[in-house]
This record gives sequence, structure tokens and C-alpha cells, in this order.
Amino acid sequence: MNPEKVIFGFFIVLAATLNFGFYVGDISNPDHHPVYELFFVVVVNLIATILKFGDRTQMGALLLATSLVAVLQLCAASLFWGYVVFISETGMTGAAMASIVSLSGGALMANIISVVLLVIETVMLRR
Amino acid sequence: MDPVFFIIFRRMRQPLLTLLVTYAIAILGLTLIPGQDADGNTWYMSFFHAFYFVSYMATTIGFGEIPYEFSNGQRLWVTFTVYATVVVWIYAIGTLLSLVQNKTFQQAVTEKRFARKIRVLNEPFFLVCGYGVTGSELVRSLIEHKQHAVVIDIDQHRINDLELDALIEAVPGLCADAQPPVHLIQAGLQHELCAGVVAVTNYNEANLKIAITAKMLNPDLQVICRADSHDIEANMASFGTDYIIDPFDTFGARLSTALQAPCMYLLHQWLTGMADQRLNEPVYPPVEGRWVICGYGRFGKAIYNRLQKEEIEIVVVEMTPEITGKPDTAFVQGRGTEAATLIEAGIHSAAGLVAGTDDDANNLSIIATAKEINPDLFTIARKNHNDNEALFDALSCNMVMTPSSIIANKIRALLVVPMLYEFLEMAYFKDDDWACEQVSRISGAISDVVPDIWEVTIDETNAYAVTEMMLRGHEVQLADIQRDRYDPDKPLNAVALLYKGKEGKTLLPSADLVLEEGDRLLFCGQVGIHRSMEWNLQNVNVLEFLVTGTIATQSKLLRLFLK
Repeated sequence: MNPEKVIFGFFIVLAATLNFGFYVGDISNPDHHPVYELFFVVVVNLIATILKFGDRTQMGALLLATSLVAVLQLCAASLFWGYVVFISETGMTGAAMASIVSLSGGALMANIISVVLLVIETVMLRR
Repeated sequence: MDPVFFIIFRRMRQPLLTLLVTYAIAILGLTLIPGQDADGNTWYMSFFHAFYFVSYMATTIGFGEIPYEFSNGQRLWVTFTVYATVVVWIYAIGTLLSLVQNKTFQQAVTEKRFARKIRVLNEPFFLVCGYGVTGSELVRSLIEHKQHAVVIDIDQHRINDLELDALIEAVPGLCADAQPPVHLIQAGLQHELCAGVVAVTNYNEANLKIAITAKMLNPDLQVICRADSHDIEANMASFGTDYIIDPFDTFGARLSTALQAPCMYLLHQWLTGMADQRLNEPVYPPVEGRWVICGYGRFGKAIYNRLQKEEIEIVVVEMTPEITGKPDTAFVQGRGTEAATLIEAGIHSAAGLVAGTDDDANNLSIIATAKEINPDLFTIARKNHNDNEALFDALSCNMVMTPSSIIANKIRALLVVPMLYEFLEMAYFKDDDWACEQVSRISGAISDVVPDIWEVTIDETNAYAVTEMMLRGHEVQLADIQRDRYDPDKPLNAVALLYKGKEGKTLLPSADLVLEEGDRLLFCGQVGIHRSMEWNLQNVNVLEFLVTGTIATQSKLLRLFLK
């Protein structure tokens, strides 16, 4: 067992599961999507991205790309959240919540691809 | 991509992760600890404000407690996190900066930039390995003759010199060992416009390796190498190296030219000399009388062989005959720096002396000692290091052998002005009287520095006026393009050395030669005359005036008036 691989797999799966946790629920209901969950999704996704740095293989490059997509989407969601709550006059609305959740839904797609790639890589590994 | 990029990224993981996790904890804590707003209500910091606060806290900018004054609970948390984040920030940024400054990383970035410069080269270029005295001389004359070069040298100082040398054109330079093929390939060995490789490093082995690599990877390439030993030469030749230049043998050959035909030697020196060099005085090495050769190494042997062919009496002085071997002729063991050895070798009645050891101090001492005993000696000194030039100048030897300039001059003749090499080869079949005649012709045309050498091709781009005059049905003679455009009766200070036309080559073409398209000419003349000749070659009005003696009116309106 390679401890590095355990940590690597752990964070990739955790990024996907947290993302899913944030995503589920009524899309326009702010009560179903706590801000703390989004915070952890962003942090864990960033950790997963950094862990994928410096891999020379084709698979490594693809994994990094999916993570970058997820981080991009989540950053957009967080910035939008901040904009809605503190800058725009409206405060959090159902419509704004819906767009934040759909952005995180995009990130979820990327995270799922990431997990699938991880599984494929593991399956292809022959002893 | 170079593996070093991946290593750098991999090493960035640790600092980045530490930074990220510390930030996350600090932000999370701030959002969890209750504070009070201006009205005394319980208030929780939002992620937005927490991130803002941590961002300026960690970088020690410190804008203060916003949006409301902190509660004591918040202050306690900030006290912990301010130390944690500041320390982590410094650690992470420090590590990242040191990674970017990593030598291997920097080298990889430099190589990448260099490779890009090479890729976009769109004119033929020469790859020069070694930017010492020889290499820099060569690159300078290549650039001055509108050719291009790429340089590799193992020493960063020399590459810095390349950047500082005020060349007209930027020459890409790479600091790398030229022996591994990868660096030669980076420098454009397999580039389709690479015209040749010149290996003039200080190391025989490196030159050999470069020659082999170049011939193996790109067999059509012209390869010119410096070699200091016969083994290496034979090895290079077996790989098809086009020109192998041994400074000792080359000097030996020059010496026998000087012995047999002093004018020919002078002609050669003048035509191959580096730009702005003062004209050499003629030398007349004695053919009669005994010669003393001090040092029987590579140089001593080259001279020995040449002198023996001239049937000159030779005495060899050598300190370690067990290493260098003993010649068949008279031999004295010793260094030659002390008078006793020189007297034993018969310096009193000798005609010539060669100080040819591989130690400059010894060579200087030999010459000084010998001249004290016999001031009329003809002296030849071997100069091993260029730094000692002033010392050899002060000693006023008759001939000084400087390996770097011998090699540079020869390669210059080969690459920069290829027709000059053909001229010199043809000239060797002539006798010394012929050479003396040429020397006096050339000295009539030039001042006190070596002549400028240039080639002219008669075609539309290089001699538009000539082709245009031919189209108009005029005959253009060689004399026409060699006239002063302000005073047509006065010839320019230039001598036509070689003519290459459809019928073949002619040495010293006559003035009434009729030029045709495709002809090539080699000229030598005073520095600057080249530009005057360009006027005659390119400007139709000027050439028409020189050929017909009248200036045709160009403007149609004026022509109408003047009818």
C-alpha cells in the first residue's frame, strides 16, 4: 500500500462527495445549501488540485484539468455568493441560490469525471 | 517539457498545501466565533469578510478590525492565527521563490528560450562551439560579412561576453557543454538552415566529440575542427570532418612558405588577417645556417619536419627526451633557458632559433638569453596564452605563433569568404615573383591596415545596376565597376583577385573583362571601398555614367524639354 495514494484518493473522493452534499436539495432554497459546506468544498477541491501538481503522465494531466475546472466553477459560485449577499442590494434570493447551486453542479460533474478517471487508472494498474 | 518543470511543480505541493490549510483553518475559526456589531447584537463574520481579513493579516499588512470591532473571543483566535499564517506565508513564499530560482529550473528556462530563438532563425547560420579568442574573432567576422552564427560555450562568462560584445546582430548563445548531442541539437544542429559546425573549444576531446556528433546526425553539414594532436586528427578525418585545423602544422606550413617564398607568405598574411590588424612586415627566415629548436613537442616536431624538408641543419634542445622522443639529428638535453645549453647547441653560429616549449615563461627566457649571446638570430616564439601578448611584443621576435589567431584566420578564409580560400589555393602554384608583384599591387591600394576582402555576385539582388545595363544592351567591363563615381578616370582602391564565370576561374582578371550574369568576383581593397563599389553595382544612374560617360535624363518631362 502506498500512503501517498491513499491521501490522493481520499481527497479526490472527498471533493466529489462534499460537492454532492452541497448540491443536493431544493435548488432555489437557501436553507438546503449551507455556506459552510461550500467553504469545505472549495478548500478540499483546492487541496485535490495541489495534490495533482507535477504528474508527468497523460492521466495525471487529465486529472489536473478536471480539478482545475471544478475549482474554477466553485470559485465562480463563491464569488457570486459574496456579490449577492454583500454587494448587490437584493440579498440572497431563490434565483441567486439556484445559479450558485447550478455552478456547483458543474463542479460536481468535473469531480465525478475525476473519480472515474481515478478508478480507471486503478483498474488498469496490473501487478 | 523538461522534467525539471514537473519536479518544481511537485515540490510546490508542500508549501501550497500548508498555506491553503492554514488559511482555511483561520477563516473557518473567524466565521465560527461570535462577535458584536455596533448595536451590541451577536454577529458572525461572513466568509467574505473572514477571507478579506485573513488575506491582509497573513501578509502582515493589517488594516485593522473590520467591519466591527472584534470581541475578545475573536481577538484570542486572531492572536493564534496571526502567528500561524504569517509564519506559513513566509515559509511558503520563501520556498516558492527559491524553487523558481533553482539553478536547474533556470537552466531549463534558458534552454527553452534559446531553442525558440533557434527555431525561428530563417537564414543560414553557422554553429560555433567555443567562444574563446578564436570563436569570438570568427563570430565577429561572420556577422560583419552578413552571415549568421549561433554560439555554445561551457563557460557562462564567455556567454556574457557574447552579450556584451557590440555585434551588429544579436547572436544566440547557450551556456552548455557542447559534447552531449542534446545541446548541439538544441543549438540547431538538425535545423535545415544550419550551414556548418565549427568546433574550436580548448579541448581536443570536445572538438572530436562535436565533429563526430555533427557528422553522424547531419552528414551533409560542413564541419571544421581544431585539433592539436595527430591521433585526434586521424579520428576526426575518419568521420569525414571537412577541415581539420592543427595550429602547429598550419604554422609549420606557413614557415616553409616563408622560407621558400617570403612574398607569398606576406600575401597570405595580409589577405587572411583579422580586420583592423596592422600590416605585417615581410619576414625573411634564413635558409642557410643552423637552426636551434628548443622544445621537441608537437610544435617543435612540426617545425623540425618542415625545416628538414628544406635540408637545413637543425639542433634540437629538449628537457625530457624520454617523453617526446629524440630526433635523428644533433641533440642537446636541457631546457634552453640557461646560456650553457644554448652555447652547447651552438647558438653563437646559429642562424635561427625556435622557442617552442609549452610554457610561455620558458619561451620568453629562451629568446631573451639567446639574443644576448647572438643578437642577429632569427627568432620564432610559440605563444601559448593570449594574456602574454604584451611580453612577446616587447621581445620583438621575428615570428610569433599564436594558435588562436592561426585557427581563426584559416576558418575565416574558409567560411566567411569561401572564394578567398580558392584564391589562396590557386596562388600556391605561382612563384614568389608573382606573389611579390601582387603584394606591391595590393600595398598600392591600401593604407597601413590589412585589406578588406569581399565577394561580388553579378545578379539582380547583388548588382542590380549591372544586370539593368546588360538588359539595355550595354557591355559592362570589370574596369567600369572599379571606377570612382566622382572621377571616372580614377580607379577605386581595390584589386580584383579572382573571377569565377561560366568558363571557369581566372586569377587576377583583366580590366577589360566583360561581366555576365552569374559571375562571381573576389576583391580586396582599402577598408570602406566596398561601399563605394556598391554604388556602382546597384545604382543604374551611377553605372550608366561610368559606362557611357553621360548621365541620361530620367524624368520624361525633362527629356521632352531637353529634346
